[in-house]
Amino acid sequence: MAQEVVSTKKIRKYKPWQNVLTVIFAVLSLAWIAPIIVVIINACKNNAYIFANPFGLSTQSIFKAGFTKWKEQLPMATINRTKGEGMLLTNIRNAIEQTDFWHAFIYSLFITVVSVALIVLCCSMCAYFITRVKTGFTKFFYVLCLFSMIVPFQMVMFTLSKFSNMLHLSTPWGIVIVYLGFGAGLSVFMYTGFVKSMPIDIEEAAMIDGCTPLQTFFQVVFPIMKPTTITIAILQAMWIWNDYLLPSLVLNINTYKTIPIAIQYLRQSHGVINWGAMMAALLLAILPIVVFYIAAQKYIIQGVMAGAVKG
Amino acid sequence: MEKAMKKYFPIFMIPTMIAFAIGFLIPFVYGIFLSFCDFTTVVDFKFTGLENYKKILYVGGKLDTSFLHSLWYTVLFTVVTVLIINVVSFAIAFALTKGIRGTNLFRTAFFLPNLIGGIVLSYIWLMIFNAVLQGYHKTIVSTPWTAFWGLVIVVSWQQIGYMMIIYIAGLQNVPTDVIEAAKIDGASGWKMLKSVILPMLMPTITICTFLTLTNGFKLFDQNLAMTGGNPAHQSELLALNIYNTFYGKTGWEGVGQAKAVIFFIIVAVISVLQNKLTTRKEVEQ
Repeated sequence: MAQEVVSTKKIRKYKPWQNVLTVIFAVLSLAWIAPIIVVIINACKNNAYIFANPFGLSTQSIFKAGFTKWKEQLPMATINRTKGEGMLLTNIRNAIEQTDFWHAFIYSLFITVVSVALIVLCCSMCAYFITRVKTGFTKFFYVLCLFSMIVPFQMVMFTLSKFSNMLHLSTPWGIVIVYLGFGAGLSVFMYTGFVKSMPIDIEEAAMIDGCTPLQTFFQVVFPIMKPTTITIAILQAMWIWNDYLLPSLVLNINTYKTIPIAIQYLRQSHGVINWGAMMAALLLAILPIVVFYIAAQKYIIQGVMAGAVKG
Repeated sequence: MEKAMKKYFPIFMIPTMIAFAIGFLIPFVYGIFLSFCDFTTVVDFKFTGLENYKKILYVGGKLDTSFLHSLWYTVLFTVVTVLIINVVSFAIAFALTKGIRGTNLFRTAFFLPNLIGGIVLSYIWLMIFNAVLQGYHKTIVSTPWTAFWGLVIVVSWQQIGYMMIIYIAGLQNVPTDVIEAAKIDGASGWKMLKSVILPMLMPTITICTFLTLTNGFKLFDQNLAMTGGNPAHQSELLALNIYNTFYGKTGWEGVGQAKAVIFFIIVAVISVLQNKLTTRKEVEQ
Protein backbone atom coordinates (compact mmCIF):
# COMPACT_ATOMS: atom_id res chain seq x y z
CA MET A 1 0.00 0.00 0.00
CA ALA A 2 2.78 2.36 0.91
CA GLN A 3 4.29 2.00 -2.50
CA GLU A 4 1.09 3.06 -4.18
CA VAL A 5 1.00 6.29 -2.23
CA VAL A 6 4.53 7.00 -3.31
CA SER A 7 3.77 6.29 -6.94
CA THR A 8 0.86 8.74 -7.06
CA LYS A 9 3.04 11.39 -5.46
CA LYS A 10 5.55 10.98 -8.23
CA ILE A 11 2.77 12.08 -10.62
CA ARG A 12 3.12 9.19 -12.99
CA LYS A 13 1.05 9.37 -16.11
CA TYR A 14 -0.93 6.24 -16.86
CA LYS A 15 -1.69 5.39 -20.44
CA PRO A 16 -5.32 4.48 -21.22
CA TRP A 17 -4.53 0.79 -21.76
CA GLN A 18 -2.97 0.66 -18.33
CA ASN A 19 -6.17 1.93 -16.76
CA VAL A 20 -8.15 -0.67 -18.70
CA LEU A 21 -5.79 -3.32 -17.36
CA THR A 22 -6.32 -2.03 -13.83
CA VAL A 23 -10.09 -2.39 -14.19
CA ILE A 24 -9.75 -5.89 -15.65
CA PHE A 25 -7.48 -6.97 -12.83
CA ALA A 26 -9.69 -5.43 -10.19
CA VAL A 27 -12.55 -7.61 -11.44
CA LEU A 28 -10.28 -10.65 -11.79
CA SER A 29 -8.82 -10.43 -8.32
CA LEU A 30 -12.26 -9.98 -6.81
CA ALA A 31 -13.35 -13.12 -8.65
CA TRP A 32 -10.21 -14.79 -7.36
CA ILE A 33 -11.12 -14.30 -3.72
CA ALA A 34 -14.84 -14.85 -4.33
CA PRO A 35 -14.75 -18.42 -2.91
CA ILE A 36 -13.62 -17.01 0.41
CA ILE A 37 -16.41 -14.44 0.32
CA VAL A 38 -18.89 -17.26 -0.39
CA VAL A 39 -17.65 -19.00 2.77
CA ILE A 40 -18.31 -15.86 4.80
CA ILE A 41 -21.79 -15.49 3.29
CA ASN A 42 -22.67 -19.12 3.89
CA ALA A 43 -21.37 -19.16 7.45
CA CYS A 44 -24.38 -16.94 8.12
CA LYS A 45 -26.90 -19.52 6.92
CA ASN A 46 -28.20 -22.77 8.26
CA ASN A 47 -27.44 -26.13 6.73
CA ALA A 48 -30.53 -26.47 4.54
CA TYR A 49 -30.43 -22.91 3.30
CA ILE A 50 -26.85 -23.11 2.01
CA PHE A 51 -27.81 -25.37 -0.87
CA ALA A 52 -31.19 -23.75 -1.45
CA ASN A 53 -29.48 -20.48 -2.32
CA PRO A 54 -25.71 -20.97 -2.19
CA PHE A 55 -24.57 -17.62 -3.53
CA GLY A 56 -27.28 -15.31 -2.20
CA LEU A 57 -26.95 -13.23 0.89
CA SER A 58 -28.46 -14.66 4.02
CA THR A 59 -32.07 -13.65 4.55
CA GLN A 60 -31.83 -15.20 7.97
CA SER A 61 -30.68 -13.22 10.89
CA ILE A 62 -26.94 -13.18 11.22
CA PHE A 63 -27.21 -12.16 14.82
CA LYS A 64 -30.40 -11.77 16.76
CA ALA A 65 -33.31 -9.99 15.10
CA GLY A 66 -34.83 -12.46 12.62
CA PHE A 67 -34.35 -15.51 14.77
CA THR A 68 -38.04 -16.17 15.31
CA LYS A 69 -38.65 -16.26 11.58
CA TRP A 70 -36.10 -18.96 11.18
CA LYS A 71 -37.57 -20.86 14.08
CA GLU A 72 -40.96 -21.05 12.38
CA GLN A 73 -39.53 -22.27 9.11
CA LEU A 74 -37.29 -24.97 10.44
CA PRO A 75 -38.15 -26.55 13.75
CA MET A 76 -34.93 -28.29 14.73
CA ALA A 77 -33.97 -30.21 17.83
CA THR A 78 -31.14 -27.85 18.56
CA ILE A 79 -33.42 -24.87 18.70
CA ASN A 80 -33.47 -24.40 22.44
CA ARG A 81 -29.75 -24.57 22.74
CA THR A 82 -29.30 -21.80 20.24
CA LYS A 83 -32.06 -19.64 21.58
CA GLY A 84 -31.52 -16.00 20.98
CA GLU A 85 -28.55 -16.48 18.71
CA GLY A 86 -28.34 -15.69 15.04
CA MET A 87 -27.14 -18.16 12.43
CA LEU A 88 -23.54 -16.97 12.31
CA LEU A 89 -23.09 -17.33 16.04
CA THR A 90 -24.88 -20.68 16.07
CA ASN A 91 -22.65 -21.99 13.32
CA ILE A 92 -19.51 -20.72 14.98
CA ARG A 93 -20.54 -22.25 18.28
CA ASN A 94 -21.29 -25.59 16.62
CA ALA A 95 -17.99 -25.46 14.78
CA ILE A 96 -15.99 -24.71 17.91
CA GLU A 97 -17.73 -27.48 19.83
CA GLN A 98 -17.59 -30.13 17.14
CA THR A 99 -13.98 -29.53 16.13
CA ASP A 100 -12.70 -28.65 19.61
CA PHE A 101 -11.30 -25.66 17.79
CA TRP A 102 -9.34 -23.94 20.55
CA HIS A 103 -7.33 -27.05 21.31
CA ALA A 104 -6.73 -27.67 17.62
CA PHE A 105 -5.57 -24.09 17.21
CA ILE A 106 -3.14 -24.33 20.12
CA TYR A 107 -1.71 -27.66 18.91
CA SER A 108 -1.29 -26.29 15.38
CA LEU A 109 0.36 -23.14 16.66
CA PHE A 110 2.64 -24.99 19.06
CA ILE A 111 3.77 -27.59 16.51
CA THR A 112 4.38 -24.97 13.82
CA VAL A 113 6.30 -22.53 16.01
CA VAL A 114 8.48 -25.11 17.80
CA SER A 115 9.20 -27.08 14.61
CA VAL A 116 10.19 -23.97 12.67
CA ALA A 117 12.41 -22.74 15.51
CA LEU A 118 14.08 -26.12 15.75
CA ILE A 119 14.55 -26.40 11.97
CA VAL A 120 16.09 -22.94 11.76
CA LEU A 121 18.46 -23.52 14.67
CA CYS A 122 19.62 -27.07 13.91
CA CYS A 123 19.74 -26.84 10.12
CA SER A 124 21.67 -23.56 10.06
CA MET A 125 24.29 -25.05 12.39
CA CYS A 126 24.44 -28.24 10.40
CA ALA A 127 24.69 -26.43 7.05
CA TYR A 128 27.43 -24.14 8.39
CA PHE A 129 29.41 -27.14 9.59
CA ILE A 130 29.16 -29.15 6.37
CA THR A 131 30.22 -26.18 4.23
CA ARG A 132 33.18 -25.18 6.39
CA VAL A 133 34.42 -28.66 7.31
CA LYS A 134 34.94 -30.67 4.14
CA THR A 135 35.22 -34.34 4.92
CA GLY A 136 33.87 -37.39 3.16
CA PHE A 137 31.14 -37.65 5.74
CA THR A 138 29.87 -34.08 5.48
CA LYS A 139 29.78 -34.32 1.69
CA PHE A 140 27.86 -37.57 1.97
CA PHE A 141 25.38 -36.02 4.40
CA TYR A 142 24.82 -33.11 2.02
CA VAL A 143 24.04 -35.49 -0.84
CA LEU A 144 21.63 -37.37 1.43
CA CYS A 145 19.84 -34.09 2.19
CA LEU A 146 19.49 -33.33 -1.52
CA PHE A 147 18.24 -36.85 -2.10
CA SER A 148 15.59 -36.59 0.63
CA MET A 149 14.02 -33.65 -1.21
CA ILE A 150 12.83 -35.82 -4.11
CA VAL A 151 11.39 -38.62 -1.97
CA PRO A 152 7.59 -38.43 -1.73
CA PHE A 153 6.09 -38.77 1.74
CA GLN A 154 4.15 -41.93 0.82
CA MET A 155 7.48 -43.72 0.54
CA VAL A 156 8.24 -43.34 4.26
CA MET A 157 4.67 -42.87 5.52
CA PHE A 158 4.04 -46.30 6.99
CA THR A 159 7.46 -46.98 8.53
CA LEU A 160 7.74 -43.42 9.85
CA SER A 161 4.40 -43.59 11.64
CA LYS A 162 5.24 -46.97 13.19
CA PHE A 163 8.72 -45.88 14.29
CA SER A 164 7.50 -42.64 15.80
CA ASN A 165 4.91 -44.61 17.76
CA MET A 166 7.63 -46.93 19.04
CA LEU A 167 9.79 -43.96 20.02
CA HIS A 168 6.82 -42.24 21.72
CA LEU A 169 6.93 -39.28 19.37
CA SER A 170 3.15 -39.19 18.93
CA THR A 171 2.73 -36.00 20.99
CA PRO A 172 3.09 -32.35 19.91
CA TRP A 173 6.52 -32.43 21.63
CA GLY A 174 7.62 -35.51 19.73
CA ILE A 175 6.33 -34.60 16.29
CA VAL A 176 8.63 -31.57 16.10
CA ILE A 177 11.57 -34.00 15.88
CA VAL A 178 9.90 -35.74 12.95
CA TYR A 179 9.35 -32.35 11.28
CA LEU A 180 13.01 -31.46 11.86
CA GLY A 181 14.05 -34.70 10.22
CA PHE A 182 11.70 -34.46 7.27
CA GLY A 183 12.27 -30.73 6.76
CA ALA A 184 16.05 -30.93 7.10
CA GLY A 185 16.68 -31.64 3.42
CA LEU A 186 15.36 -28.38 2.00
CA SER A 187 16.60 -26.23 4.89
CA VAL A 188 20.16 -27.61 4.91
CA PHE A 189 20.26 -27.22 1.13
CA MET A 190 19.18 -23.57 1.24
CA TYR A 191 21.43 -22.63 4.16
CA THR A 192 24.37 -24.35 2.48
CA GLY A 193 23.80 -22.28 -0.64
CA PHE A 194 23.97 -19.13 1.48
CA VAL A 195 27.05 -20.10 3.51
CA LYS A 196 28.94 -20.90 0.29
CA SER A 197 28.45 -17.29 -0.83
CA MET A 198 29.66 -15.88 2.52
CA PRO A 199 33.26 -14.59 2.71
CA ILE A 200 35.24 -16.70 5.15
CA ASP A 201 37.40 -13.71 6.25
CA ILE A 202 34.87 -12.44 8.80
CA GLU A 203 34.74 -15.78 10.57
CA GLU A 204 38.52 -16.09 10.55
CA ALA A 205 38.82 -12.62 12.04
CA ALA A 206 36.38 -13.60 14.78
CA MET A 207 38.32 -16.78 15.50
CA ILE A 208 41.61 -14.87 15.71
CA ASP A 209 39.96 -12.49 18.16
CA GLY A 210 39.36 -15.50 20.36
CA CYS A 211 35.85 -16.65 19.53
CA THR A 212 35.10 -20.35 19.79
CA PRO A 213 33.35 -21.85 16.75
CA LEU A 214 30.06 -21.68 18.68
CA GLN A 215 30.51 -17.99 19.52
CA THR A 216 31.54 -17.30 15.92
CA PHE A 217 28.41 -19.02 14.68
CA PHE A 218 25.91 -17.32 16.99
CA GLN A 219 27.45 -13.85 17.09
CA VAL A 220 28.74 -13.52 13.54
CA VAL A 221 27.36 -16.10 11.12
CA PHE A 222 23.77 -16.54 12.29
CA PRO A 223 22.92 -12.80 12.15
CA ILE A 224 24.28 -12.60 8.58
CA MET A 225 22.05 -15.53 7.62
CA LYS A 226 18.89 -13.60 8.53
CA PRO A 227 17.41 -13.29 5.00
CA THR A 228 17.76 -17.03 4.42
CA THR A 229 16.35 -17.72 7.87
CA ILE A 230 13.24 -15.69 7.07
CA THR A 231 12.79 -17.52 3.77
CA ILE A 232 13.13 -20.93 5.37
CA ALA A 233 10.91 -20.04 8.33
CA ILE A 234 8.13 -18.87 5.99
CA LEU A 235 8.31 -21.85 3.66
CA GLN A 236 8.41 -24.38 6.48
CA ALA A 237 5.67 -22.63 8.47
CA MET A 238 3.36 -22.68 5.42
CA TRP A 239 4.03 -26.40 5.02
CA ILE A 240 3.71 -27.43 8.67
CA TRP A 241 0.65 -25.31 9.51
CA ASN A 242 -1.31 -26.82 6.62
CA ASP A 243 0.10 -30.34 6.73
CA TYR A 244 -2.50 -33.04 7.13
CA LEU A 245 -1.10 -36.48 6.38
CA LEU A 246 2.05 -36.48 8.52
CA PRO A 247 0.42 -35.36 11.79
CA SER A 248 -2.63 -37.54 11.17
CA LEU A 249 -0.34 -40.58 11.00
CA VAL A 250 2.21 -39.63 13.64
CA LEU A 251 0.12 -37.93 16.35
CA ASN A 252 -2.14 -39.80 18.72
CA ILE A 253 -5.24 -38.70 16.84
CA ASN A 254 -7.73 -39.17 19.66
CA THR A 255 -5.95 -36.70 21.90
CA TYR A 256 -4.22 -34.30 19.55
CA LYS A 257 -5.92 -32.87 16.48
CA THR A 258 -4.40 -30.02 14.50
CA ILE A 259 -6.71 -27.68 12.54
CA PRO A 260 -6.59 -29.61 9.21
CA ILE A 261 -7.22 -32.87 11.05
CA ALA A 262 -10.09 -31.41 13.05
CA ILE A 263 -11.73 -30.17 9.85
CA GLN A 264 -11.31 -33.49 8.07
CA TYR A 265 -12.82 -35.23 11.12
CA LEU A 266 -15.76 -32.85 11.16
CA ARG A 267 -16.81 -34.64 7.98
CA GLN A 268 -15.89 -38.18 8.93
CA SER A 269 -17.43 -38.24 12.38
CA HIS A 270 -20.87 -37.20 11.18
CA GLY A 271 -21.12 -38.92 7.81
CA VAL A 272 -23.28 -36.19 6.36
CA ILE A 273 -21.56 -32.84 6.51
CA ASN A 274 -23.26 -30.13 8.56
CA TRP A 275 -22.41 -27.42 6.07
CA GLY A 276 -23.37 -24.54 8.34
CA ALA A 277 -20.87 -25.63 10.98
CA MET A 278 -18.36 -26.55 8.28
CA MET A 279 -18.49 -23.05 6.80
CA ALA A 280 -17.93 -21.52 10.22
CA ALA A 281 -15.04 -23.92 10.88
CA LEU A 282 -13.46 -22.99 7.55
CA LEU A 283 -13.89 -19.33 8.41
CA LEU A 284 -12.17 -19.89 11.76
CA ALA A 285 -9.36 -21.77 10.03
CA ILE A 286 -8.83 -19.07 7.39
CA LEU A 287 -8.97 -16.12 9.77
CA PRO A 288 -5.58 -16.58 11.50
CA ILE A 289 -3.92 -17.16 8.12
CA VAL A 290 -5.34 -13.95 6.67
CA VAL A 291 -4.30 -11.95 9.73
CA PHE A 292 -0.79 -13.39 9.58
CA TYR A 293 -0.63 -12.75 5.84
CA ILE A 294 -1.62 -9.11 6.18
CA ALA A 295 0.89 -8.61 8.99
CA ALA A 296 3.82 -10.36 7.34
CA GLN A 297 2.95 -9.94 3.67
CA LYS A 298 6.27 -8.39 2.68
CA TYR A 299 8.29 -11.22 4.20
CA ILE A 300 6.05 -13.95 2.83
CA ILE A 301 6.27 -12.72 -0.77
CA GLN A 302 10.01 -12.13 -0.48
CA GLY A 303 10.45 -15.52 1.14
CA VAL A 304 8.65 -17.30 -1.69
CA MET A 305 10.64 -15.37 -4.30
CA ALA A 306 13.99 -16.12 -2.64
CA GLY A 307 13.04 -19.71 -1.97
CA ALA A 308 12.24 -20.33 -5.61
CA VAL A 309 15.38 -18.70 -6.94
CA LYS A 310 17.56 -20.88 -4.74
CA GLY A 311 15.47 -24.04 -4.94
CA MET B 1 39.83 -23.03 11.37
CA GLU B 2 38.64 -26.43 10.21
CA LYS B 3 40.57 -28.10 13.00
CA ALA B 4 39.01 -25.94 15.69
CA MET B 5 35.56 -26.63 14.24
CA LYS B 6 35.95 -30.37 13.93
CA LYS B 7 35.89 -30.71 17.70
CA TYR B 8 32.43 -29.16 17.68
CA PHE B 9 31.02 -31.85 15.42
CA PRO B 10 28.58 -33.19 18.06
CA ILE B 11 27.00 -29.80 18.77
CA PHE B 12 26.66 -28.71 15.16
CA MET B 13 25.71 -31.99 13.53
CA ILE B 14 24.26 -34.51 15.95
CA PRO B 15 20.76 -33.00 16.53
CA THR B 16 20.01 -32.71 12.81
CA MET B 17 21.55 -36.11 12.10
CA ILE B 18 19.45 -37.89 14.71
CA ALA B 19 16.24 -36.21 13.54
CA PHE B 20 17.13 -36.88 9.91
CA ALA B 21 17.70 -40.55 10.73
CA ILE B 22 14.37 -40.84 12.56
CA GLY B 23 12.32 -38.68 10.21
CA PHE B 24 13.75 -39.80 6.91
CA LEU B 25 16.71 -42.16 6.56
CA ILE B 26 15.68 -45.16 8.66
CA PRO B 27 12.03 -45.15 7.48
CA PHE B 28 13.23 -44.85 3.89
CA VAL B 29 15.74 -47.72 3.98
CA TYR B 30 13.45 -49.88 6.07
CA GLY B 31 10.57 -49.07 3.72
CA ILE B 32 12.50 -50.41 0.75
CA PHE B 33 13.32 -53.56 2.71
CA LEU B 34 9.69 -54.04 3.79
CA SER B 35 8.47 -53.81 0.19
CA PHE B 36 9.94 -57.31 -0.24
CA CYS B 37 8.15 -58.63 2.85
CA ASP B 38 4.73 -59.65 4.04
CA PHE B 39 3.89 -57.60 7.15
CA THR B 40 1.23 -55.77 9.15
CA THR B 41 3.53 -54.01 11.64
CA VAL B 42 7.22 -53.22 11.37
CA VAL B 43 8.29 -56.17 13.55
CA ASP B 44 6.35 -59.17 12.20
CA PHE B 45 7.71 -59.32 8.66
CA LYS B 46 8.30 -62.38 6.48
CA PHE B 47 10.50 -62.16 3.43
CA THR B 48 8.50 -62.88 0.28
CA GLY B 49 10.70 -61.56 -2.51
CA LEU B 50 8.89 -59.87 -5.38
CA GLU B 51 5.45 -61.14 -4.37
CA ASN B 52 4.22 -57.65 -3.40
CA TYR B 53 5.29 -56.14 -6.70
CA LYS B 54 3.48 -58.89 -8.56
CA LYS B 55 0.33 -58.23 -6.52
CA ILE B 56 0.23 -54.63 -7.74
CA LEU B 57 -0.85 -55.88 -11.15
CA TYR B 58 -1.99 -59.48 -10.62
CA VAL B 59 -4.35 -60.45 -7.84
CA GLY B 60 -5.35 -64.11 -7.66
CA GLY B 61 -4.14 -64.72 -11.22
CA LYS B 62 -6.26 -61.84 -12.58
CA LEU B 63 -5.08 -58.50 -13.90
CA ASP B 64 -5.83 -55.66 -11.45
CA THR B 65 -5.94 -52.35 -13.27
CA SER B 66 -6.58 -50.06 -10.29
CA PHE B 67 -2.94 -48.99 -9.96
CA LEU B 68 -2.56 -48.49 -13.70
CA HIS B 69 -5.76 -46.44 -13.74
CA SER B 70 -4.40 -44.25 -10.93
CA LEU B 71 -1.12 -43.85 -12.76
CA TRP B 72 -2.84 -42.80 -15.97
CA TYR B 73 -5.24 -40.52 -14.11
CA THR B 74 -2.30 -38.91 -12.28
CA VAL B 75 -0.26 -38.40 -15.46
CA LEU B 76 -3.22 -36.76 -17.17
CA PHE B 77 -3.94 -34.61 -14.12
CA THR B 78 -0.31 -33.53 -13.87
CA VAL B 79 -0.03 -32.60 -17.55
CA VAL B 80 -3.23 -30.55 -17.45
CA THR B 81 -2.34 -28.71 -14.23
CA VAL B 82 1.25 -28.00 -15.30
CA LEU B 83 -0.03 -26.41 -18.51
CA ILE B 84 -2.86 -24.41 -16.97
CA ILE B 85 -0.93 -23.19 -13.93
CA ASN B 86 2.16 -22.13 -15.84
CA VAL B 87 0.36 -20.39 -18.71
CA VAL B 88 -2.08 -18.51 -16.48
CA SER B 89 0.43 -17.55 -13.80
CA PHE B 90 2.87 -16.33 -16.43
CA ALA B 91 0.15 -14.24 -18.10
CA ILE B 92 -0.81 -12.67 -14.77
CA ALA B 93 2.82 -12.06 -13.82
CA PHE B 94 3.48 -10.49 -17.22
CA ALA B 95 0.56 -8.10 -16.84
CA LEU B 96 1.46 -7.26 -13.26
CA THR B 97 5.01 -6.21 -14.19
CA LYS B 98 3.70 -3.50 -16.52
CA GLY B 99 3.49 -1.02 -13.66
CA ILE B 100 -0.28 -0.65 -13.57
CA ARG B 101 -2.11 0.92 -10.65
CA GLY B 102 -2.96 -1.44 -7.79
CA THR B 103 -0.31 -4.02 -8.69
CA ASN B 104 0.49 -4.77 -5.05
CA LEU B 105 -3.13 -5.24 -4.13
CA PHE B 106 -3.76 -7.63 -7.05
CA ARG B 107 -0.64 -9.59 -6.21
CA THR B 108 -1.85 -9.94 -2.63
CA ALA B 109 -5.23 -11.23 -3.76
CA PHE B 110 -3.85 -13.79 -6.21
CA PHE B 111 -1.40 -15.15 -3.68
CA LEU B 112 -3.88 -15.52 -0.82
CA PRO B 113 -5.30 -19.01 -1.70
CA ASN B 114 -1.81 -20.43 -1.50
CA LEU B 115 -1.62 -19.89 2.23
CA ILE B 116 -4.80 -21.87 2.86
CA GLY B 117 -4.02 -25.53 3.22
CA GLY B 118 -5.25 -28.32 0.95
CA ILE B 119 -7.89 -29.65 3.34
CA VAL B 120 -9.53 -26.29 4.10
CA LEU B 121 -9.34 -25.28 0.46
CA SER B 122 -11.03 -28.47 -0.69
CA TYR B 123 -14.03 -28.01 1.57
CA ILE B 124 -14.51 -24.45 0.35
CA TRP B 125 -14.65 -25.72 -3.22
CA LEU B 126 -16.59 -28.88 -2.43
CA MET B 127 -19.41 -26.66 -1.20
CA ILE B 128 -19.23 -24.41 -4.28
CA PHE B 129 -19.03 -27.29 -6.78
CA ASN B 130 -21.91 -29.17 -5.23
CA ALA B 131 -23.98 -26.00 -5.06
CA VAL B 132 -23.40 -25.36 -8.76
CA LEU B 133 -23.75 -28.99 -9.86
CA GLN B 134 -26.99 -29.59 -7.96
CA GLY B 135 -28.70 -27.61 -10.72
CA TYR B 136 -27.67 -30.42 -13.09
CA HIS B 137 -28.56 -33.09 -10.50
CA LYS B 138 -24.94 -34.06 -10.08
CA THR B 139 -22.25 -33.89 -7.43
CA ILE B 140 -18.52 -33.55 -7.75
CA VAL B 141 -18.13 -37.32 -7.51
CA SER B 142 -20.84 -38.23 -10.05
CA THR B 143 -18.25 -39.22 -12.63
CA PRO B 144 -14.44 -39.50 -12.57
CA TRP B 145 -14.34 -36.51 -14.90
CA THR B 146 -16.33 -34.08 -12.80
CA ALA B 147 -13.92 -35.08 -10.01
CA PHE B 148 -10.98 -34.57 -12.35
CA TRP B 149 -11.91 -31.04 -13.40
CA GLY B 150 -12.89 -30.19 -9.85
CA LEU B 151 -9.41 -31.13 -8.69
CA VAL B 152 -7.83 -29.23 -11.57
CA ILE B 153 -9.72 -26.06 -10.62
CA VAL B 154 -8.85 -26.33 -6.93
CA VAL B 155 -5.18 -27.01 -7.53
CA SER B 156 -4.90 -24.26 -10.13
CA TRP B 157 -6.59 -21.78 -7.82
CA GLN B 158 -4.12 -22.67 -5.10
CA GLN B 159 -0.89 -22.73 -7.06
CA ILE B 160 -1.30 -19.98 -9.66
CA GLY B 161 -0.57 -17.31 -7.05
CA TYR B 162 2.61 -19.02 -5.93
CA MET B 163 3.95 -19.50 -9.45
CA MET B 164 2.92 -15.93 -10.31
CA ILE B 165 5.22 -14.65 -7.55
CA ILE B 166 8.12 -16.70 -8.93
CA TYR B 167 7.43 -15.50 -12.48
CA ILE B 168 7.29 -11.88 -11.30
CA ALA B 169 10.70 -12.35 -9.63
CA GLY B 170 12.01 -13.85 -12.87
CA LEU B 171 10.60 -11.08 -15.06
CA GLN B 172 12.09 -8.42 -12.81
CA ASN B 173 15.48 -10.08 -13.22
CA VAL B 174 15.45 -9.82 -17.01
CA PRO B 175 18.06 -7.09 -17.61
CA THR B 176 16.51 -3.91 -19.02
CA ASP B 177 19.42 -3.27 -21.38
CA VAL B 178 18.61 -6.50 -23.25
CA ILE B 179 15.00 -5.35 -23.65
CA GLU B 180 16.12 -1.89 -24.77
CA ALA B 181 18.55 -3.38 -27.28
CA ALA B 182 15.81 -5.59 -28.70
CA LYS B 183 13.49 -2.58 -28.97
CA ILE B 184 16.10 -0.66 -30.95
CA ASP B 185 16.47 -3.69 -33.22
CA GLY B 186 12.74 -3.40 -33.89
CA ALA B 187 11.38 -6.27 -31.80
CA SER B 188 7.99 -5.74 -30.23
CA GLY B 189 4.92 -7.54 -28.94
CA TRP B 190 4.85 -11.23 -29.67
CA LYS B 191 8.35 -11.31 -31.11
CA MET B 192 9.82 -9.66 -28.04
CA LEU B 193 8.07 -12.19 -25.82
CA LYS B 194 9.07 -15.22 -27.86
CA SER B 195 12.64 -14.35 -28.80
CA VAL B 196 13.83 -12.22 -25.90
CA ILE B 197 11.81 -12.58 -22.72
CA LEU B 198 11.00 -16.29 -22.74
CA PRO B 199 14.59 -17.43 -23.44
CA MET B 200 15.87 -15.14 -20.69
CA LEU B 201 13.24 -16.61 -18.40
CA MET B 202 14.19 -20.26 -18.91
CA PRO B 203 15.62 -20.73 -15.37
CA THR B 204 12.33 -19.50 -13.89
CA ILE B 205 10.30 -21.68 -16.24
CA THR B 206 12.43 -24.64 -15.16
CA ILE B 207 11.70 -23.99 -11.50
CA CYS B 208 7.97 -23.51 -12.01
CA THR B 209 7.56 -26.54 -14.26
CA PHE B 210 9.51 -28.64 -11.80
CA LEU B 211 7.42 -27.44 -8.84
CA THR B 212 4.05 -27.88 -10.55
CA LEU B 213 5.08 -31.27 -11.93
CA THR B 214 6.08 -32.72 -8.57
CA ASN B 215 3.14 -31.02 -6.83
CA GLY B 216 0.78 -32.63 -9.33
CA PHE B 217 2.28 -36.06 -8.88
CA LYS B 218 2.34 -35.88 -5.11
CA LEU B 219 -1.13 -34.36 -4.66
CA PHE B 220 -2.95 -35.93 -1.73
CA ASP B 221 -4.88 -33.61 0.62
CA GLN B 222 -7.21 -32.18 -2.00
CA ASN B 223 -7.89 -35.61 -3.44
CA LEU B 224 -8.72 -37.04 -0.01
CA ALA B 225 -10.92 -34.18 1.15
CA MET B 226 -12.76 -33.39 -2.06
CA THR B 227 -13.41 -36.67 -3.85
CA GLY B 228 -12.04 -39.30 -1.48
CA GLY B 229 -11.29 -41.29 -4.63
CA ASN B 230 -15.01 -41.57 -5.46
CA PRO B 231 -16.80 -42.75 -7.51
CA ALA B 232 -15.55 -46.29 -6.76
CA HIS B 233 -11.83 -45.41 -6.58
CA GLN B 234 -12.09 -43.92 -10.07
CA SER B 235 -10.68 -40.51 -9.07
CA GLU B 236 -7.79 -41.83 -7.02
CA LEU B 237 -4.49 -40.17 -7.75
CA LEU B 238 -1.39 -42.26 -7.04
CA ALA B 239 -0.76 -40.89 -3.55
CA LEU B 240 -4.31 -41.65 -2.42
CA ASN B 241 -4.24 -45.04 -4.11
CA ILE B 242 -1.16 -45.93 -2.06
CA TYR B 243 -2.74 -44.57 1.12
CA ASN B 244 -5.90 -46.63 0.56
CA THR B 245 -3.85 -49.75 -0.15
CA PHE B 246 -2.07 -49.28 3.18
CA TYR B 247 -4.98 -48.36 5.38
CA GLY B 248 -8.02 -49.47 3.38
CA LYS B 249 -7.67 -53.25 3.79
CA THR B 250 -5.53 -55.24 6.21
CA GLY B 251 -2.94 -57.61 4.84
CA TRP B 252 -2.15 -55.27 1.95
CA GLU B 253 0.56 -53.22 3.68
CA GLY B 254 3.26 -54.98 1.69
CA VAL B 255 1.58 -54.15 -1.61
CA GLY B 256 1.15 -50.55 -0.43
CA GLN B 257 4.85 -50.32 0.35
CA ALA B 258 5.76 -51.82 -3.03
CA LYS B 259 3.51 -49.27 -4.75
CA ALA B 260 5.21 -46.53 -2.72
CA VAL B 261 8.63 -47.67 -3.97
CA ILE B 262 7.41 -47.54 -7.58
CA PHE B 263 5.87 -44.11 -6.88
CA PHE B 264 9.19 -42.90 -5.46
CA ILE B 265 11.10 -44.15 -8.51
CA ILE B 266 8.67 -42.40 -10.89
CA VAL B 267 8.90 -39.09 -9.00
CA ALA B 268 12.70 -39.31 -8.75
CA VAL B 269 13.12 -40.08 -12.46
CA ILE B 270 10.82 -37.21 -13.46
CA SER B 271 12.66 -34.78 -11.17
CA VAL B 272 16.06 -35.67 -12.59
CA LEU B 273 14.96 -35.89 -16.24
CA GLN B 274 12.95 -32.68 -16.21
CA ASN B 275 15.78 -30.77 -14.59
CA LYS B 276 18.30 -32.05 -17.14
CA LEU B 277 16.01 -31.28 -20.09
CA THR B 278 15.09 -27.72 -19.23
CA THR B 279 18.42 -26.56 -17.82
CA ARG B 280 19.93 -27.35 -21.21
CA LYS B 281 17.70 -24.69 -22.75
CA GLU B 282 18.78 -22.02 -20.30
CA VAL B 283 20.53 -19.00 -21.73
CA GLU B 284 23.97 -18.17 -20.43
CA GLN B 285 23.78 -14.74 -18.91
